[in-house]
Amino acid sequence: MYDAPNREMKVDQKTTKISARGVQVYYGDTHAIKDVDVDIEDRTVTAFIGPSGCGKSTFLRCLNRMNDTIDVCRVKGEIKLDGEDIYDKRVDPVQLRAKVGMVFQKPNPFPKSIYDNVAYGPRIHGLARDKADLDEIVERALRRGAIWNEVKDRLDAPGTGLSGGQQQRLCIARAVATEPEVLLMDEPCSALDPIATAQVEELIDELRESYSVVIVTHSMQQAARVSQKTAFFHLGNLVEFGETGQIFTNPQDSRTESYITGRIG
Amino acid sequence: MTDATATPQAAPATSLVAADARTQKRNRAERRFRAYGMAAILTGLFFLVVLVSSILYNGVGAFQQSFVNVPVYLDPAKLDKNGTGDIEEIKKVSTFGYAPLIQDGLLSEVQKSGIETPLTKSKDMKNLLSASAAAEVRDYVVANPEQIGETVEFRLLASSRVDGYLKGRVKREDVADDKNISVEQLDLTDQLRDAGIVSKGFNLSFITGADASESRPEQAGIGVSMLGSFFMMLVVLVLSLPIGVAASIYLEEFAPQNRFTDLIEVNISNLAAVPSIVFGILGLAVFIQFAHLPQSAPLVGGLVLTLMTLPTIIISTRASLKAVPPSIRDAALGVGASKMQSIFHHVLPLAMPGILTGTIIGLAQALGETAPLLLIGMVGYIASNYPDGFASGFLDPNSAMPAQIYEWAKRADPAYYERAWGGIIILLVFLLTMNAIAIILRRRFERRW
Repeated sequence: MYDAPNREMKVDQKTTKISARGVQVYYGDTHAIKDVDVDIEDRTVTAFIGPSGCGKSTFLRCLNRMNDTIDVCRVKGEIKLDGEDIYDKRVDPVQLRAKVGMVFQKPNPFPKSIYDNVAYGPRIHGLARDKADLDEIVERALRRGAIWNEVKDRLDAPGTGLSGGQQQRLCIARAVATEPEVLLMDEPCSALDPIATAQVEELIDELRESYSVVIVTHSMQQAARVSQKTAFFHLGNLVEFGETGQIFTNPQDSRTESYITGRIG
Repeated sequence: MTDATATPQAAPATSLVAADARTQKRNRAERRFRAYGMAAILTGLFFLVVLVSSILYNGVGAFQQSFVNVPVYLDPAKLDKNGTGDIEEIKKVSTFGYAPLIQDGLLSEVQKSGIETPLTKSKDMKNLLSASAAAEVRDYVVANPEQIGETVEFRLLASSRVDGYLKGRVKREDVADDKNISVEQLDLTDQLRDAGIVSKGFNLSFITGADASESRPEQAGIGVSMLGSFFMMLVVLVLSLPIGVAASIYLEEFAPQNRFTDLIEVNISNLAAVPSIVFGILGLAVFIQFAHLPQSAPLVGGLVLTLMTLPTIIISTRASLKAVPPSIRDAALGVGASKMQSIFHHVLPLAMPGILTGTIIGLAQALGETAPLLLIGMVGYIASNYPDGFASGFLDPNSAMPAQIYEWAKRADPAYYERAWGGIIILLVFLLTMNAIAIILRRRFERRW
């Protein structure tokens, strides 16, 4: 790898967005994440795969400090976003979450209108100067969420009235409306049918142009389709991390191989 | 292949058509259980019907009252002896000066109608009329002194015996030893009713009026204690809603999970089950003896009932906060809302119907509460119209609806018994209205997600 100079150049272009070193997570007495080191690059889709309960969602939620809401959860180690430690005492998790958006497993639109769903983030962060500005932000976000054409005539309709796939794309639109730098997705397609899944996957691929996307998925095919980098978690350990193609075709660790060939998990 | 295929028509070992003994037993047990359930519900319904019908049967009478139409000659010789027309002079004449005029008026009306009766003296008319009649006429004269010298038609309250006789409560055979009415007077009552002089009408003053003394139940109304209840409910609402909601939000969303908060939680649940009289004695000790707040005041009653209502509101508010799915909180936090923003923008609006329902149910409970009010003296006897102003509504002695009902039920005169039932009807109307509002709110604003 290191003997190909122009390849080295290519890696350099993609700067590291998030770097985690020695991350340990405890739920009470349970040691959920053990000593994880990982570098997440900018403008890349990174997939976390692994069997249920392996800690991939837990680790994802560390990246925007959503674990803070769980009383018994403790995080140790260092996670840096653009070189700044996000667990520093001076960091306000609210500001962090504006930079690191999140899309959840189950579509969870607010029980409000489609417009208000998307406009909520920009409103509380003061991103819009006036109504026209806000309209524009909402439209741009809905277009990026690839749902604009389906909802442009009924922005006042409740977001909860959309189909599952539409709701999830609305949630993605809501997440991108605050102009985050990183988008975390926790099994975004697990509640969707194959057609909606395909739409969301296509969308993830487009989002890669502007964001660093981290996606947790149970579907190895999905990881293979959408991601450039893949991390395999097992029993709280990061077993293997590398280029997606390499992980799926030539895994270095026997556990990775067992998992992707369906022998464990 | 095997023998089994050779005889496909053979009867199966167990038939599905004929249920076996075990299935039959199971089915019988299920039918029996359903019958028990039905019996339980029917028993409940039966008692409900008995309750409602007995309340209506006993209480409806309170909403009707007998009145006597009397033309009263406002004799200047009695009411304005000096003929000066000076209002201060007129006010000096007490109700005792008016009673004979009214009795004369009724007697002349009796004679004019050609009714044959052994009662020929003015004094004989006294027991037909309420003791409040003279006061009513006097109030009229004081308000309209220019009417002195005229004959004015009044519609005066009949006495409670006459009223009871017309309603069937007072029986002819019961009055032999009754000093307040005689059989002749009852006969006269019948004749006056036939002549249209005595008639029954809707009793508005029962709903709007003040309490009355032991001897004139026909005048008593629940209106003033209704105001007392209203002011108490105002205090309860203003205090318990914000305190209860703030406490629930803190406990549910912010408080750490530790032994101390567990202790608080257990105690809130326990407080909800504390007998109300305990709150009454607490209110007596703290608000009246220690803080020296006025006795019998709706403010104190409201404070005591607030203490009682808080656990109810906290428990129901916490339940409805808990019912908001965590995904909504996650969604708000995920777009960078602070914890408070996620609560106030998303969780609280969704929990609102539940909170309001709990509050209304709590208020309805407080409205019907009697025991603590007895201890803090919220059984004031208020016989005048009340209150003078808004502030005095909170601080002046008063009664409350359930306490007023209790007071009436204690009094000896059966006419008060009827009024107690009537008061219960009014109280129940309030409670049912509040519960209906709670149900409507829940239906209207309940959202699915």
